[in-house]
Amino acid sequence: MKRLSRYRRHKFAAPALIVAALISIGTTFSIASALPSQQRMESTAQTTQIAEGKQIFARGCSSCHGLNAEGGSIAPSLIGVGAASVDFQVGTGRMPMADMSQQAMAKKPIYNEEETAALAAYVASLAPGPAAVTNDQLTWERDGNTAQGGELFRTNCAMCHNFAAQGGALTNGKYAPSLMGTEANKIYEAMITGPQSMPVFSDKTITPEEKLSIIKWIKAAQKEPGLGGASLGRVGPVTEGLLGWTLGLGLLIGVAVWLASKAR
Amino acid sequence: MTNKERIAGNVAGYVDDRTGAAKWLKKNLTKVFPDHWSFMLGEIALYSFIILLLSGTFLTFWFDPSQRDVIYNGSYAPLSHVQMSAAYASTLHISFDVRGGLLMRQIHHWAALIFMTAIVVHLLRVFFTGAFRKPREFNWLIGVGLLTLGIVEGFLGYSLPDDLLSGTGIRIAEAIIQAIPVVGSYLSFFAFGGPFPGHVFIPRIYMVHILLLPGIFLALITIHLMLVWYQKHTQYPGPGRTEKNVVGYPLMPVYMAKAGGFFFIVFGVTAFLGGVASINPIWLYGPYTPGQISAGSQPDWYMGWLDGLVRMSPPIETHAFGHTISWNILIPGLIIPGILFTGMALYPFIESWITGDKREHHLLDRPRNVPNRTALGIMSLTFMLISLINGGNDIIATHFHLTINGIMWFTRIGLFTIPPIAFVITKRICLSLQRADRDLVLHGRETGRLVMTPAGEFIEVHEPISAAKAWTLTQHLQDPALAIPNVDEHGVRNPAGIKGRIRARWSTANAEQIPAATVTERKELEDGHH
Amino acid sequence: MNHELEKFSDPGLPEHVHRNADVDPIAEKRAEQQVAILFVLSALGTVLLIGSYIFIKPSSFIYLPVLGDTNTQQLLLGVGMAMSLFFIGMGAVQWARKLMSDTEVIAERHEFRSPDEDRADFVATVKEQAALADVGRRTLIKRSLGLALGLAGLSPLILLRDLGPLPKKEFDTTDWKKGTRLVTDPGDRPIKPSDLEVGAVAQVLPELSGGVVRSLENIGKDAVLLIRLRPEEFNLDAERLSWTHEGIIAFSKICSHMGCAVALYEQQTKHLLCPCHQSTFDVTRAAKVIFGPAARPLPQLAITIDADGYLVAQQPFTEPVGPSFWERSS
Repeated sequence: MKRLSRYRRHKFAAPALIVAALISIGTTFSIASALPSQQRMESTAQTTQIAEGKQIFARGCSSCHGLNAEGGSIAPSLIGVGAASVDFQVGTGRMPMADMSQQAMAKKPIYNEEETAALAAYVASLAPGPAAVTNDQLTWERDGNTAQGGELFRTNCAMCHNFAAQGGALTNGKYAPSLMGTEANKIYEAMITGPQSMPVFSDKTITPEEKLSIIKWIKAAQKEPGLGGASLGRVGPVTEGLLGWTLGLGLLIGVAVWLASKAR
Repeated sequence: MTNKERIAGNVAGYVDDRTGAAKWLKKNLTKVFPDHWSFMLGEIALYSFIILLLSGTFLTFWFDPSQRDVIYNGSYAPLSHVQMSAAYASTLHISFDVRGGLLMRQIHHWAALIFMTAIVVHLLRVFFTGAFRKPREFNWLIGVGLLTLGIVEGFLGYSLPDDLLSGTGIRIAEAIIQAIPVVGSYLSFFAFGGPFPGHVFIPRIYMVHILLLPGIFLALITIHLMLVWYQKHTQYPGPGRTEKNVVGYPLMPVYMAKAGGFFFIVFGVTAFLGGVASINPIWLYGPYTPGQISAGSQPDWYMGWLDGLVRMSPPIETHAFGHTISWNILIPGLIIPGILFTGMALYPFIESWITGDKREHHLLDRPRNVPNRTALGIMSLTFMLISLINGGNDIIATHFHLTINGIMWFTRIGLFTIPPIAFVITKRICLSLQRADRDLVLHGRETGRLVMTPAGEFIEVHEPISAAKAWTLTQHLQDPALAIPNVDEHGVRNPAGIKGRIRARWSTANAEQIPAATVTERKELEDGHH
Repeated sequence: MNHELEKFSDPGLPEHVHRNADVDPIAEKRAEQQVAILFVLSALGTVLLIGSYIFIKPSSFIYLPVLGDTNTQQLLLGVGMAMSLFFIGMGAVQWARKLMSDTEVIAERHEFRSPDEDRADFVATVKEQAALADVGRRTLIKRSLGLALGLAGLSPLILLRDLGPLPKKEFDTTDWKKGTRLVTDPGDRPIKPSDLEVGAVAQVLPELSGGVVRSLENIGKDAVLLIRLRPEEFNLDAERLSWTHEGIIAFSKICSHMGCAVALYEQQTKHLLCPCHQSTFDVTRAAKVIFGPAARPLPQLAITIDADGYLVAQQPFTEPVGPSFWERSS
């Protein structure tokens, strides 16, 4: 908190705030004057949302990302990352980070949906970037193709997230998380924003329709039942070998000991 | 004579008239087999092999070993209309459109894992108890051969379905072939009928997997068992058990019921695993294409140690005179496994050379009584285990919040440091156990009962152990080290040369023992007490 | 010194202890019942197997703790089969343990070594027979036989020659030519630089001229990974830098170690990781190996744009892609 107030008392803080306020007012007016009245009301609501977002940002994010989201030595600039990025990072609880570990981990979100939306609106207002998407906007159930999604997933995602979307290891303790509980819009936002280690998958190289197919495949993988019994974590032969040695051989040796014991 | 007995007699007579089998059978039906749980380990391997033959035959009825392209239209929806090889499509067909097909596939794969597991624990039992000693060296060699072939056979089976994981395995195998100096690229082109992956590899290894190798297995297993039969089984030391006899139960009926019953038990346990635990879910891996890969791609465990060695190998290649030698592939992929398996195969001969022991042995060693061998075994096992851990380092890293780099460095260093430490610790433990045995024989068993001496001291009552136990703990041979002179009668130093020095050094280490307790010593102690 | 000490002596086989079932008719009856129950359990297992084969739909699922959602038919077929086999075995073993004779039998062993006179006879016979055939004297015959056998052993190897073609230059070449467009895998769509944001990756393949169907052999050599960075993040020499285009750099996706697809790109560290053996490559330094067993960087594909603004290859790969082989010169 001390650091935050130091920034607040920074000699450029006041002029910067004024400039920011002027720009936002200016933009609002120019948009507002061009729009019919109902949209004007909406945009007024948006302005308040941005202001709210800015306050939350100043309290919760600016100590690392800078007072105006310009970034710092330990955190990247958020100018131009767009609402999608905020919705993903904050909505999955990755941000704010609990500690400065290798990678931000998903946890229970600190901000509720409204606050997240306000933060997203604020960051989006800084510079254009990918917009956040809601689950309703993603018509993967209707427009996706599971089999095609599977092929895309195996070419573009499985190398990090594993063949069954269970996650996998990256270098130096980083990891690609399991996608087992991930919501459709968060998957989509991750693909278009490339959070943390993950690269960006552009709409031209993987079209929005193809992304819906990938989501549909992941959704199928999340619900994939045990067709052959217990899934053993779906991580390949390691757990299978472990079960063979423990349960398989264990049972057999147990019986062998009984078999060779002298009956009373 | 009842009607039944008459019929049985007639049948037996009919057969004997034509084969003269009665004499042989009379002798062999009462053949004696000692009873011990550790003698069932080889049987687990044998029965797994039979299960593999049965379940494998079932799978051949539907499996199509072809790499021609087909479009899948079976009942597994997430892959519908995907282009794949006929091998992969037919494996999906077995899994989802043949009732019980998935069960059989899983039984086949679990049986393969248990087959290899059982071979390894059987081998360990034979090694640690010294069952490989004269006259059983041939059977040890056959066993090492079976283990090696088992690894190859397992790998081929894992490769057949042509899924993403198995294709990745074949890709790596191809890279190993390709890395062989001089002939590598030719061998690869011959094996794959052209560039990787081609269209002929799976049909070819299918024939090797279902015909050639099982045939060799059958032959080797038959010889293995015939030798066990002919040489009679070894037995653990104990009262009444000597080098000249074998104590146990007759084949007919006890051993037949137990061994026959155990076949059903092994099959039952394998079927249980096949029913409740998913193995090699190829439908999740997807069809193979060289452009795809999954995180955490591993081979089955019996190849995992090899993969671990390859992973930890340093990045060394030699480029000279327009040629490349990939040490990073050759050393972990061919040279180290070659040394390990050759050493393992030759071990009985090496040990007999070191000890100079050319006697027949039918009584097994208690591992503690041969500290050097036991320590060597544990050392090798540690080496394998460290390699195996690195083979699964990515899965270990994600599940225990470690880093792959950290595990890699741990195993790179540990591979050279931990096995020798394991050797020393094991040897010390063996000697301590020998000491404990000696104390037990000399001082008896601690009863936990305290009595007060007239002098007011409390002492614990020790009960002498039974004569049977005393015999079991002291019967083992303790041969002195070989006397290899440093200087011969002409004053020549080290007449046997460097070989002689190695032999003398090892022989001395081998002979390091705690002397077994004797009656004389116990008497002396008892006399001292009273 | 040991021979002066008296060693413990073998007390011989312990006396046989009778089991309950040997002496107590009630216990015997009970053992008999136990065996029978085990066999009946096996029969029930078979009934379960047959029943689930006929009556349970292959598409039905059941939720069970530990196992989760499981296919009912597969599970019950397995459990039925396991029971039917397991309990036959248990019954047989229990029968042997409880009711068959448990008196230990002693069989004598005999030394395998043949008596000395037999061994001497054997040697004599061999010598005699060999002398009859004059084996020792016919050196010419022996040598020529050796030659014949040795050569005959070669014939199967000769006959295996047609297993495949000779590699020729196959290891050195790919389908990338000067001006070959980069197209997405899957999808086969050409790519413009503007299609990729900074931090984006794309899996690409060479565009094949009309009518050619892409085979797995093509993919196995041609697969390329396209990555976009900020141009200032590169740490490349002038030549390699000229192979990039507006921060877009292309590498062969086939690992230089053992040929797995290297495609784990970490956007923040700019590292590429191979999931098979964990070789790690630094994208900013032309895929230099920074960890793991790979000994060479991934080959870089020189790219530029064509007249229509699509990304194309400037030239073929300048070195063979994929794992090393003997004839590889660098």
